[in-house]
Amino acid sequence: MDKVRIATCSLAGCFGCHMSLLDIDEKLLDLVELVQFDRSPLTDIKHCQPCDVGFIEGGLCNQENVEVLLEFRRQCRILVAVGACAITGGVPAMRNGIDVRECLAEAYLDGSGIVNPQIPDDPELPLLLDKVRPIQDAVDIDYFLPGCPPSAEIIWEFITQLLAGKQPQLSQTSIRFD
Amino acid sequence: METAANSNGLKRVVIDPVTRVEGHGKVTLLVDEHNQIQQARLHIVEFRGFERFIQGRPYWELPMVVQRLCGICPVSHHLAAGKAIDMLVGAQKLTPTADKIRRLSHYGQVLQSHALHFFHLSSPDLIFGFKSDKAQRNVVNLLEQHTDIALKGVKLRKFGQQIIEAVAGKRIHGSIVVPGGVNRSLEPEQVRCFQQQMDAVLNWSKEALDLARTLYLSDREHADFGAIESPTLSLTGPEGEFELYDGQLRVKDEEGAILLDQIDNSAYGDHILEEVKSWSYMKFPFLKSLGKEQGWYRVGPLARVLNCHDMGYPLSEAARQELVDQCYPDNQQSALLYHWARMIELLYCSEAIGALLKDPDLTGADRIVTPGQRNPECYGIIEAPRGTLIHHYHINEQDIVEKANLIVSTTSNNQAMNEAVRSVCRQYLNGNPLSEGLLNHVEIAIRAYDPCLSCATHALGKMPLTVEMVTADGKLLGTISRSSQGASL
Repeated sequence: MDKVRIATCSLAGCFGCHMSLLDIDEKLLDLVELVQFDRSPLTDIKHCQPCDVGFIEGGLCNQENVEVLLEFRRQCRILVAVGACAITGGVPAMRNGIDVRECLAEAYLDGSGIVNPQIPDDPELPLLLDKVRPIQDAVDIDYFLPGCPPSAEIIWEFITQLLAGKQPQLSQTSIRFD
Repeated sequence: METAANSNGLKRVVIDPVTRVEGHGKVTLLVDEHNQIQQARLHIVEFRGFERFIQGRPYWELPMVVQRLCGICPVSHHLAAGKAIDMLVGAQKLTPTADKIRRLSHYGQVLQSHALHFFHLSSPDLIFGFKSDKAQRNVVNLLEQHTDIALKGVKLRKFGQQIIEAVAGKRIHGSIVVPGGVNRSLEPEQVRCFQQQMDAVLNWSKEALDLARTLYLSDREHADFGAIESPTLSLTGPEGEFELYDGQLRVKDEEGAILLDQIDNSAYGDHILEEVKSWSYMKFPFLKSLGKEQGWYRVGPLARVLNCHDMGYPLSEAARQELVDQCYPDNQQSALLYHWARMIELLYCSEAIGALLKDPDLTGADRIVTPGQRNPECYGIIEAPRGTLIHHYHINEQDIVEKANLIVSTTSNNQAMNEAVRSVCRQYLNGNPLSEGLLNHVEIAIRAYDPCLSCATHALGKMPLTVEMVTADGKLLGTISRSSQGASL
């Protein structure tokens, strides 16, 4: 049987959701029996090929995040929003109450010990969005896994049910929102 | 090689994204017709704005919010903020239980992060080869081809995460500190459970160090790979001993002579400045006394192992001495020495955890000290897995954060990573057609520093932008276009 092809990425997140996936520990051996990893921070595949499932950590804070998300939506049959930031914007969205220019000024102009103050503006740097957004603002999402981060147990429960061809039914007690 | 003398007619080659690191970075190379690299830059493309949006929040939120800078080393951020808050409330000396519980959690943090970095992220390059098939260079293949090695990494990381979970309640983004102490100590049963695992953990750690050392020494070319010279910065204890949790700042020059020593945490700003460059959201720190051209420095495992004069435990100390002999008297050090140093630290963490687990204070009930004189300007400096991490806050009388300055570990390695990239370009890329395998050499130099790019910090671009939002079946949901205030949805 062909392995299920999955892709993962972290947008405006902290990689904590990826760490929680690795927290399945020895079950990683079972996972790699079932799946093949396409684009992911764990591999050197830089762009998505057609995949069965895509897992998105983090919200949208810049143009590059949006482009990566669109690539995942185009290439992944099922798209899963993993964790608080993907679903609500999370902690990075704390900047939404403040003008983005003020945030930049604090970091690059007015902070202590700054030399050569300037706002980085090279064309190689992606454009910031004015607000940090949840990913469902930009694309359709098939499943949501809440938590900061979702526990390894719930991620594993979700993956095993999905790979078994079931509609994942997660036990309410293992879903957490902190 | 930072900036091409004339960029006209140069070809742009990009590595985007840099993979098997945490966070978002890319490398751009400008190459001339003779395949000579004229410009090489590592760009950090993330901006979060923590220093601004934390303003106006009550100080007790800091440990819970700032740890969400990084899901790999949340405990380090949590503890650095906690240490700053101790200073704020005038808790000068913690109880032995609080000090040891925090140390235990941090040794667990460094152990799991180092295991992750070496086994899950970097070892595939060293084990399968720098130019091996890109589809094979990853932890999945390692699990399939070298299950014993990969499982060692998985189990070491698991042990560190379990220590964190026991202290913090969760493996990632838990809670440990309260002002002047900790919110729980361990149960005797928990200590017994960890003690039973210690023999195995110590053995895996020794084998991990042996693997890193053997891989480094297996190829003579490794000694020159991404080699650069720079001062090194870290915390050390009062006698210059190795420290991961507390201590004062020390700087050694490229030959190992002490430049600065026992610099109090509150004086970091007298010695470290940060330069902004237009092409990266990550700033470039340097030592004020040496200036921005000469004063950039390195932090992290190699810097710590070189800066201290004793690890304090027999196995890691013996390993340190062997590594130091590899590094000096040469002024330049290979980027790959970071992996070796990282595994020495992993062994240190195992030894230190083993020692702590024998200490009755871990199960003590005396967890919090009474606050004293309040200090509205407060500092917390810690050695995070990737290096010296500096938190600095101003808190007003209403307990509200007025100002924050965070210099995260990876930021201090910014120039070093850029220089290591340029070193690799000179050594391997110049004059050759740029194959995928050669470009991986550039990433290998970056990976050695274990950068945490989401911790590190981001701009209003100049390009007009319109992005279409589409569903899986191609239905157009809407468009995003840039307004004068950045882009808006």
